[in-house]
Amino acid sequence: MHDFLQQLVNGLSVGAVYALIALGYTMVYGVLRLINFAHGDVYMVGAVIAYELAVKLAGLNSPVWVALPIIFLGAMVGCGALGFTIEYLCYRPLRHRPRLVSLITAIGVSLLLENLFQNRRIFGATPRNLPELLVIRPVLSIAVGASHSPVIVTNLDLISMGLCIAMMLGLSWFVLKTKMGLALRAVSFRVDTASLMGINTNRVISMTFVLGSALAAVAGVVDAMRYQVDPLMGLIPGIKAFVAAVLGGIGSIPGALLGGFLMGLVETLLKGYLPAQYNNYSNAAAFVVLILILLVRPSGLLGKTTVEKV
Amino acid sequence: MALLEIKNLGIEFRGLRALSGFNFALDQGELVGLIGPNGAGKTTVFNIVTGVYRPTAGDVLLDGKSIAGMKPFRVNRRGIARTFQNIRLFGGLSVLDNVLIGFNQSVAHGFLGTLVRSRRQQMEERLHEEEAIELLRTFDLVDRLHDSARTLAYGPQRRLEIARALATRPKVLMLDEPAAGMNPQEKMDLMELIGAVRRKFNVGIWLIEHDMKLVMSVCQRMTVLDHGETISVGTPQQVQDDPKVIEAYLGKAEV
Amino acid sequence: MDQAASATMLHRGEVPAWAVNLGVGIVIAALIPVSISFDKYIDNYVLDVLIRIGVAIILAVSLNLINGITGQFSLGHAGFMALGAYTGGVLLKHYQHQIHGALLPPVFIGVTILGGLVAAIAGLIVGIPTLRLRGDYLAIATLGFGEIITVVLNQIESIGKFEVGGSAGLHNIPHVTNFFWTYAWVVICVVVIARLVYSAKGKPFFAVREDEIAAAAMGIDTTYYKVAAFVIGAFFAGVAGVLSATLSGNLDPGDFNFVKSIVIVVMVVLGGSGSITGSVLAAILLTYLPEQLRAFEDWRLVIYALLLIVMMLVRPEGLLGNRELWWKRKTAMV
Repeated sequence: MHDFLQQLVNGLSVGAVYALIALGYTMVYGVLRLINFAHGDVYMVGAVIAYELAVKLAGLNSPVWVALPIIFLGAMVGCGALGFTIEYLCYRPLRHRPRLVSLITAIGVSLLLENLFQNRRIFGATPRNLPELLVIRPVLSIAVGASHSPVIVTNLDLISMGLCIAMMLGLSWFVLKTKMGLALRAVSFRVDTASLMGINTNRVISMTFVLGSALAAVAGVVDAMRYQVDPLMGLIPGIKAFVAAVLGGIGSIPGALLGGFLMGLVETLLKGYLPAQYNNYSNAAAFVVLILILLVRPSGLLGKTTVEKV
Repeated sequence: MALLEIKNLGIEFRGLRALSGFNFALDQGELVGLIGPNGAGKTTVFNIVTGVYRPTAGDVLLDGKSIAGMKPFRVNRRGIARTFQNIRLFGGLSVLDNVLIGFNQSVAHGFLGTLVRSRRQQMEERLHEEEAIELLRTFDLVDRLHDSARTLAYGPQRRLEIARALATRPKVLMLDEPAAGMNPQEKMDLMELIGAVRRKFNVGIWLIEHDMKLVMSVCQRMTVLDHGETISVGTPQQVQDDPKVIEAYLGKAEV
Repeated sequence: MDQAASATMLHRGEVPAWAVNLGVGIVIAALIPVSISFDKYIDNYVLDVLIRIGVAIILAVSLNLINGITGQFSLGHAGFMALGAYTGGVLLKHYQHQIHGALLPPVFIGVTILGGLVAAIAGLIVGIPTLRLRGDYLAIATLGFGEIITVVLNQIESIGKFEVGGSAGLHNIPHVTNFFWTYAWVVICVVVIARLVYSAKGKPFFAVREDEIAAAAMGIDTTYYKVAAFVIGAFFAGVAGVLSATLSGNLDPGDFNFVKSIVIVVMVVLGGSGSITGSVLAAILLTYLPEQLRAFEDWRLVIYALLLIVMMLVRPEGLLGNRELWWKRKTAMV
């Protein structure tokens, strides 16, 4: 029971990160019907920005409560700008081309970011540790039943889950209550009709990329603190978050959240309960889940089905 | 026994009844119309018969054998070919290839013959090519053989779609609004062409059309659908005089 | 000129089939002396590049059948290649002391075909479930399949008494591939796929790409053709795997991750999806150029990525688009 609860906490903490990345996939897919392959790499760039800022701030000896907000905001702004640029330069000119052309371009952008940052003049291929700004330590320990060791929740877990929920609430407010959010919903129903209704679709699409990338940046910063910073770090979480988005129903914002948390839980539970030598198979699990959903219920848990008209 | 016989056909989409109690019969060499206002369920009938949808009630018989619920490619192989309301040509392929693909089921040689370019394969390819060109001549497309289908104008695209359907050597040809989007002159020419096709290929033709005048002038019989129900059946004259048709079709919707 | 007249004369002046078949046979036979003299007179590095170009051609042309010609966007080609490579590598390493001299050529033919068949079976397994998926969803599912293969290969140390190597990789595989084996397969792959798709029997591959619903309405069993494309494409990818495994002598599961698949996709896209000669051209270019870029090793993949993006923005139809360099009129494309 204790183990299970601990895995649950870990799973939710990891899942929050997947959910944050998945939101970007789902929002972009919602408006453009594009799998933004480069999204995982935007998350990586968030981590890299966090690293650079943290190094600077550590040099200045700034206290954690000053440094952390600067790092988060810096990464969000940087990634937002990156997302905007990618859309503007690479996807916008292809808006009226077949969708696969955009998909291939997205793959190209992904390769470009990964290899650019692997270059030692820019960041280098070796993973680096963030300077110790935030000492990860337990902040909550909850005794469970007769077990001797309590369930531990670290400050990072709290930041991860807290930020995820805060971002989610903010995003919901934005999408449901603001005029821009309404425009975004209209565009995701039908781009051409929305533009006939006087919506500046280009602005909405740019906005979507900026928002999605900023959310990915938050995830990137959390993982930079949790693990290491590595130009290839976006690959696996990117794919897992995409699976999460599909699992929840791509295009659905609550779906991304649900899918993200489920993905995190499945993964940590598999890691926790599979014998150690099979641990690496948990990476394959994401793909098995993906293929199964695509085959059984391509619209995901909360998505809508579409049928091609003959 | 009719060539194509439809008995009490019906379909529901998640409880929504789109078609019910549809009966129909078509004989070789006949030209019959299916009309009705927008959303009456005309294309749905075509989609069920050609295997795109599976009916929830009733049966479709071709030569007395049921084809209801068969996959579209099997329905075609049994002898029903169709065109689409929103033209579906193989746009990137040449006009000639569009028709040649229609001949695919008559290809008798196997993959091995194709790989070694056997004598039989060579003969067959030439034969099909000549046939295809002959067919395209009938449809006045022979000047455009090597142009990609996408580059054709609207009228020629509709004609090519019919030619392609005929290449599958059907017994029944189903045309979904073949004259849609054409100008009056093109429509007249097309109707003449459809009549000629009926005589030359001796197929049963069943067509959906919006233009009442047009259908009236060429069809021997017709069925009128409204809200998934058959409201009238008969000769153009009988249908035209049917008060129900006037109410559903002429009275409420614009013609 | 009247196009109808030109069509009926299409075949006039065309080389008869038996002559072409003979030609293909002669080309393959001629590869033997060429290969022997290459082994003697050409330095190893150049020969190595030539063979890698050959492997790349097989990979690109076979993926083109799936992606470009049948229109089923697959991102898992490296997975098929991995299966072939490991089948060949594991068997040849295990039996290397029993096989030599005159025994080697027939055994190697058998092993290459076996590697192809193992991949083809995987193609069948992947092909069937992915039939329900289209476009980007299919791309992601095939990518997932390729990654699953990599993860599994990483985990397997051995199967029975056969060493597989796991995450450490499989090393000291006998170097059997030479110029002849590679280019004989190149010729077979290109001829088989080109003849297949530019024939009455093969036109439905294009029809499936253009419009599946219309294809089915024309009596084409679209399922059959899609699976056939996956099986045939996977077979040749498996063959290419065996060839490359016995070229370097080393196998590492990481070599077959989806970056490798993407590199093959780039070849198909750059050459022109649907153009076989385009794939050949792109495979040559994209294998040769990086060799020239060795000095910029750090920037090699950056340039690769930029090339892909710029290509999509400027000329998404690729170098040759749908056209072929030498098949004319008679072809499916205009």
